[in-house]
Amino acid sequence: MNIHEYQAKQIFAKYGVPTPRGIVANTPAQAVANAHELGGKIWVVKAQIHAGGRGLGGGVKLARSVSEVETLAKEILGMTLVTHQTGPEGKLVQKVYIEEGADIVDELYLGVVLDRAKEMPVIMASTQGGMEIETVAHDNPEKIIKVAVDPAIGFQGFHGRELVFGLGITDPIEQKKFISFASKLYKLYMENDAEMIEINPLIKTGSGDFLALDGKMGFDDSALARHQDIEDMRDISEEDADEREASQYGLSYISLDGEIGCMVNGAGLAMGTMDTINYMGGTPANFLDVGGKANAETVAKGFEIILKNPKVKAIFVNIFGGIVRCDRIANGILEATKMVDVRVPVIVRLDGTNAPEAAEILKNANIANVIAATDLADGAAKAVKAAKGEK
Amino acid sequence: MSILVNKDTKVIVQGFTGKEGTFHAEQCIAYGTNIVGGVTPNKGGQEHLGKPVFNTVKDAVIETGATVSMIFVPPVFVADAVMEAAAAGITLAVIITEGAPVRDMQAAKAYAVKHGMMTIGPNCPGIITAEECKIGIMPGNIFKKGNVGLISKSGTLTYEGANQVCKEGFGITTAVGIGGDPIIGLSYKQLLPMFEADPETHAIVMIGEIGGDLEIQAAAYIKEHITKPVVAFIAGQTAPQGKRMGHAGAIVSGGAGTAAEKMAALEAAGVTVVVSPADIGKAVKKVLNK
Repeated sequence: MNIHEYQAKQIFAKYGVPTPRGIVANTPAQAVANAHELGGKIWVVKAQIHAGGRGLGGGVKLARSVSEVETLAKEILGMTLVTHQTGPEGKLVQKVYIEEGADIVDELYLGVVLDRAKEMPVIMASTQGGMEIETVAHDNPEKIIKVAVDPAIGFQGFHGRELVFGLGITDPIEQKKFISFASKLYKLYMENDAEMIEINPLIKTGSGDFLALDGKMGFDDSALARHQDIEDMRDISEEDADEREASQYGLSYISLDGEIGCMVNGAGLAMGTMDTINYMGGTPANFLDVGGKANAETVAKGFEIILKNPKVKAIFVNIFGGIVRCDRIANGILEATKMVDVRVPVIVRLDGTNAPEAAEILKNANIANVIAATDLADGAAKAVKAAKGEK
Repeated sequence: MSILVNKDTKVIVQGFTGKEGTFHAEQCIAYGTNIVGGVTPNKGGQEHLGKPVFNTVKDAVIETGATVSMIFVPPVFVADAVMEAAAAGITLAVIITEGAPVRDMQAAKAYAVKHGMMTIGPNCPGIITAEECKIGIMPGNIFKKGNVGLISKSGTLTYEGANQVCKEGFGITTAVGIGGDPIIGLSYKQLLPMFEADPETHAIVMIGEIGGDLEIQAAAYIKEHITKPVVAFIAGQTAPQGKRMGHAGAIVSGGAGTAAEKMAALEAAGVTVVVSPADIGKAVKKVLNK
């Protein structure tokens, strides 16, 4: 689960990680009130969406007067912001963050993320703040300092020294401030079961202070049950409605651009099915993993969600039953044809646990649109043909 | 022969009397797995599925001599269960449970390594030595005895791959579902040398997915150390680039872990890479009939 910048900064504040002062607003009037409350002469109006690259997309702008804050808030609120991380459809801006202007002397990068190879969190820092960090990693990998922290010992002095000497911070007072900043960030990463934190840029001000000018945080979904405060920060409007509906039924759904709807058990086989369709000249319309607890109701729901997409010309049901019993899926397909208008051919491949029973159920039901397939290759080939209108 | 487990392996089940534990332990016993008991706190002294129940793993190990544990406890108790197994002298823990928090697994894995305990999973189908020992949730009947070793991140692709291998007239020595979570136990790099050393295994099927760099590491290892033919499939060639917030995850290992990257690395290591999982069986036939 991801949260907004303003929410990440609330967590930062709780742990004493310094940030500029700011207040979130839902309307231009609120934005104006916030600017008055913050005081000063310069404000930044920042679109709050779950994606990076907001500045380049026109979602972060500087205001030199309160009336400019109002103009910019009107402009940004309600706009559909397209960045390299939103996809071409962009994201609707429903909140803006009004932040006091900062005196920027230097821009750095600081992040914490799990290093899968080392199996521990790694703190990453760079002097190339404000830039696309992937570009830095590609062009100048030596400009990224990585310090892995073993949770068994926690953040130690030497971790901090590696960071500041690596970044070329020489002033002892600044060193102390930066180390304190990094150690607090590590602490909040661990205590909140974060998946990643990214601050880009982290700025140095004229007075030698370090501030988080931006803040992105993502969390381990498996650990949210023990963090109600984080769960409360969930912004449903940032999530895809169909994906969310699917998840309530234990289905994992992601919509794609193609014509062949897929219903598969297991994420790996679901991706493998999409790959096979593609390989045979077709295009997958979605990723759908029915999970290990699939029953008639969830299968029917899956059909409903797939068929909402008008581009779908055929559906390929590909199940290799382990825990999932094929007879249950077969019954689910029967249920679905009663509950939903299944307007396209459905190619069904059921293998594994109780597959013969399932074949019997489908044979006896004798539904016009249902085409049986013997294996993955056969099923994918039939689905590609059906989507092209061939028999 | 086989790797890691066989018909003599003594196995206990943590979370033995729960719904999932009961169902799958029963299936494993029916398959022929030597389940010698189980652990459920406060049910010690009882009998379940005809096997003794113990309060602690320590008691179970002392009484039964078990060396392997199959773990079915709920997600938030997984780390505790893994560490208990390690402390009690278990040598291999197979963690089936899905949804264990990553931070918990960091601690549990580090502790297991320190105690010399191997782990498989979490969030995986388990391990099976065909017609001898099933420790997990896979449909046992599709795994016929043969000469192909299988390592897979994905559960259902494990079944798909094994099924195709068997339909082509070959069979499986041991199949291991390693799971796809951020922190996992045994991976390709540790399992490949075991299959290389196993005289019964003549070819290896490796099924990977997008994300991370385990397959890239495996490719480097195969190039240097594996003489047996390897067939690989990487799932997710057509998966969309996720809508992401930051970039930190992608740059840790210096790459985004795309299918194309992994397939190229494996091909360069001399591996037979198939574009569709539907071709795994045929590819195995080809490399074994050479």
